[in-house]
Amino acid sequence: MAYKRQIGRLPIVPADAKEHNVVCHYCIVGCGYKAYTWDARYEGGTAPSENKFGTDLTAQQEAETAAWYAPSMYNIVRQDGRDVHLVIKPDKECVVNSGLGSVRGARMAEMSYSRQRNTQLHRLTDPLVWRYGQLQPTSWDDALDLVARVTAAVIDEQGEDGLFVSAFDHGGAGGGYENTWGTGKLYFGAMKVKNIRIHNRPAYNSEVHASRDMGVGELNNCYEDAELADTIVAVGTNALETQTNYFLNHWVPNLRGTSLAKKQAEFGSEPVDRARIIIVDPRRTVTVNACEVEAGKDNVLHLAINSGTDLALFNALLTHIADKGWTDKAFIDASTSGFEKALTANRMTVEEAARITGLAAGDIVKAAEWIARPKAGGVRRRTMFAYEKGLIWGNDNYRTNGALVNLALATGNIGRPGGGCVRMGGHQEGYSRPSDAHVGRPAAYVDKLLIEGKGGVHHVWACDHYKTTLNAMEFKRVYKKRTDLVKDAINSVPYGDREAMVAAIMGAIRQGGLFSVDVDIVPTKIGEAAHVILPAATSGEMNLTSMNGERRMRLTERYMDPPGQALPDCLIAARLANHLERVFRAAGKTDTADKFKGFDWKSEEDAFMDGYHAHEKGGAFVTYERLRAMGTNGFQEPAVAVENGRIVGTKRLYADGKFNRPDGRAQFMETAWRGLQAAGKEAEKEKFAFLINNGRTNDVWQSAYLDVENEFVMDRWPYPFIEMNPQDMAELTLKEGDLVEVYNDNGSTQAMVYPTPTARRKQVFMLFAYPAGVQGNVVSAGVNEFIIPNYKQTWGNIRKIADAPDGVRHLSFKSPEYPASPA
Amino acid sequence: MKRCDRLIDVGRRRFLTGAGAMTAGAAAASVLAPEAKATPGAALVSYPPNRLANVSDLKVNEPLDVAYPDDEAPGVLIKLGTRVPTGVGPDGDIVGFTILCPHKGFPMAYDAADKTLNCPGHYSRFDCERGGQQIWGHATQNLPQYALRVDEKGDIYAEGVDELIYGRLSNVL
Repeated sequence: MAYKRQIGRLPIVPADAKEHNVVCHYCIVGCGYKAYTWDARYEGGTAPSENKFGTDLTAQQEAETAAWYAPSMYNIVRQDGRDVHLVIKPDKECVVNSGLGSVRGARMAEMSYSRQRNTQLHRLTDPLVWRYGQLQPTSWDDALDLVARVTAAVIDEQGEDGLFVSAFDHGGAGGGYENTWGTGKLYFGAMKVKNIRIHNRPAYNSEVHASRDMGVGELNNCYEDAELADTIVAVGTNALETQTNYFLNHWVPNLRGTSLAKKQAEFGSEPVDRARIIIVDPRRTVTVNACEVEAGKDNVLHLAINSGTDLALFNALLTHIADKGWTDKAFIDASTSGFEKALTANRMTVEEAARITGLAAGDIVKAAEWIARPKAGGVRRRTMFAYEKGLIWGNDNYRTNGALVNLALATGNIGRPGGGCVRMGGHQEGYSRPSDAHVGRPAAYVDKLLIEGKGGVHHVWACDHYKTTLNAMEFKRVYKKRTDLVKDAINSVPYGDREAMVAAIMGAIRQGGLFSVDVDIVPTKIGEAAHVILPAATSGEMNLTSMNGERRMRLTERYMDPPGQALPDCLIAARLANHLERVFRAAGKTDTADKFKGFDWKSEEDAFMDGYHAHEKGGAFVTYERLRAMGTNGFQEPAVAVENGRIVGTKRLYADGKFNRPDGRAQFMETAWRGLQAAGKEAEKEKFAFLINNGRTNDVWQSAYLDVENEFVMDRWPYPFIEMNPQDMAELTLKEGDLVEVYNDNGSTQAMVYPTPTARRKQVFMLFAYPAGVQGNVVSAGVNEFIIPNYKQTWGNIRKIADAPDGVRHLSFKSPEYPASPA
Repeated sequence: MKRCDRLIDVGRRRFLTGAGAMTAGAAAASVLAPEAKATPGAALVSYPPNRLANVSDLKVNEPLDVAYPDDEAPGVLIKLGTRVPTGVGPDGDIVGFTILCPHKGFPMAYDAADKTLNCPGHYSRFDCERGGQQIWGHATQNLPQYALRVDEKGDIYAEGVDELIYGRLSNVL
């Protein structure tokens, strides 16, 4: 049966508990939470004077109460060396989530390292080195000395291009301004590393190059715009599952019509109504269902396009809107350039787009009308465009991104209330690094180079290619082979003889070996190949700053100790820099050694002041002290002033009609349709029976790196699900819960069949990046011109492996869709 | 008893405006008095064995409104019509659950079409045939289910709950 905790009572937060500002460290939305801690020996009482909430806890509390927390919001952890109770619960006062907790964030306490309550005990506590045929604990100095010596030796022989790096570039856990600056200063300041990639893609590049090239930063509006829009256009984003509380707290009120008063207050006599929404997604998601439940089917237009044809749709919409005269000419004239040229290049008829996308021509026209046909009295419609991985990881990323921004610009919807053209985001953001200009464009295809045998040493920061890359099976095969060469070499030398050890490692590298250093908070799949593993602290174990999808910056305050000897990534980078300086200096390379100066940080705050405060736009206004005072609401970047001790931010970008290009004008882009762009995709589509669409489910954060140790999640998803039409199942004689193999010429993987009557025939949807079945195994190496992967357009065949194993027989396989009117 | 049967009937939209929010009722207070002498405390909540209904009161696939462990904790008994692992009664198909969604505490409605409890607040769904497993939703726990016993007269007793009920830090107030 379903997993139950058998908890009938929780300790009560006492009135004198310490309160800490917390921002959820998982998704982009960055919901506000409060962490309460108090000594393990006591608890509060039920009388109002005895608990933090000032509430009579002998009474049943009402819905949405602030005076309740779930067992998942509770733990016992170490704080300054003492055992304390920890409660992390959503903050009602935070404007992002207004007290809502997602199924991910509301487990933050339970997902903390606790020896007292046996949670997340897989967390790394000590530096580990490959010694006597296995990973063994050691001291920081010992581990870093080995890393520095091997790294320096590789640079001596191969130059800095021999050092390969995989590193997070985001906010939240495994990121934050402190840590992106720490790693950035090391690899882009002290060194100029070119062979570097980001956590979820095989190169160092933007996922939204096109938008930026057009002068439009991708996070340009505020969450309130979703409450103000007349129409929301959602492309390849399943917001209810992946930006849950942004959807629930800001989209739903508009779909439901409860934000009308806010619209009237903002727009005066302008006609307003509840929102309409256009959802572009080949799959019917729970987001589509929830929109229908809230707004009524008449106000929801689900455009279930042929996978990968978004660009054709956007070009046809632009053409139709322009031909109808619904563009915002005044805005185009004042704030943009290149409109007519782009319109000519991108011209596509509705009929042509209908043929390519598989949509009814009438629906394309309807979408154009919902986006741009003026309201009563000739008032312009306010339309917000939001997109995420369906577009970003989809066919022809650069042009498709540009085509959507074209639409938003042509209709005058950037920089205005109720508008915006924004990515929805995955992680929070937290990027602060020296220039990456030396990386070049297109950036190096790092995974491909590693497969080709390039590089001698690989530093991996909170990345797990084994779960989250494309062409993953081939990558793993080669990576294991190369790192095994080095392991065998290490095994041939006494560990204590450092010079002989480095010589043996270098010998193996010359034979095609690769020395792998993995910095992470947990043991990862790629970490199985590592020779040195360095334990990192995560959000809450260190002070950490990030910004969310509306550029809202907050400080998560440290509320517990990191496990064992774990350190913040920024300090690991600093200590590694210190060791590299020492090693280069000892080798007489004074000039090189001097480049590693400036890493004398003692705390994450030192890294923050050196990085964000000193280098980022508006950073001079931002300090930890001021952020603490700003609580879970923080401010929206960029900061522009400090008034009465409070940081003043920026609600929307480009509100003045000035864009991020030298002439201040946004640039329209020529984005002609060219079919499936990545090499080999068209042939793969012809050869294999099923579209292997892929993405997220709300229970799981990222690659499940913490969820794998959470009973609640693993009970629900022991294997990655694959949603499949029942008729397709019948043809393959499959039952619910059966394990199937998904395979093509790129590789193979496994999944658990979830019957899904709404799934289109021959189109399955598989959970992405799950350890028990890595979808990336069957994704081809094909990328776009800027090395952006194309995970979504994957085709394969499916066959049964086994009947449902015992571990899945208790599972529910019912529809995830809330019934609009329960029987 | 301030039950939620009417609340369910008034429909989902009222909950969302707060009109249907549960009313807090008086319950026995058990404030620990400060004492120099140590007081023994139970390791587990002590649940009352309450009679909720008789087997003859139940019709297949029609939820019967009950409350457990007290009147302020609304729930349902359901005779599913098919035997399930935690089911009781002559056919092994009677189960009982709280109807307060463990996400934000909205009272849920039973959907007889697929034997699920559904939350009007944020669309969470729980499978009554699978021990209250959350099919999809925002709660970080599966639905609290009653430990049931049926005596020789067919009287159905609840004797415990397997997860924390929304809105109370002790299942027994």
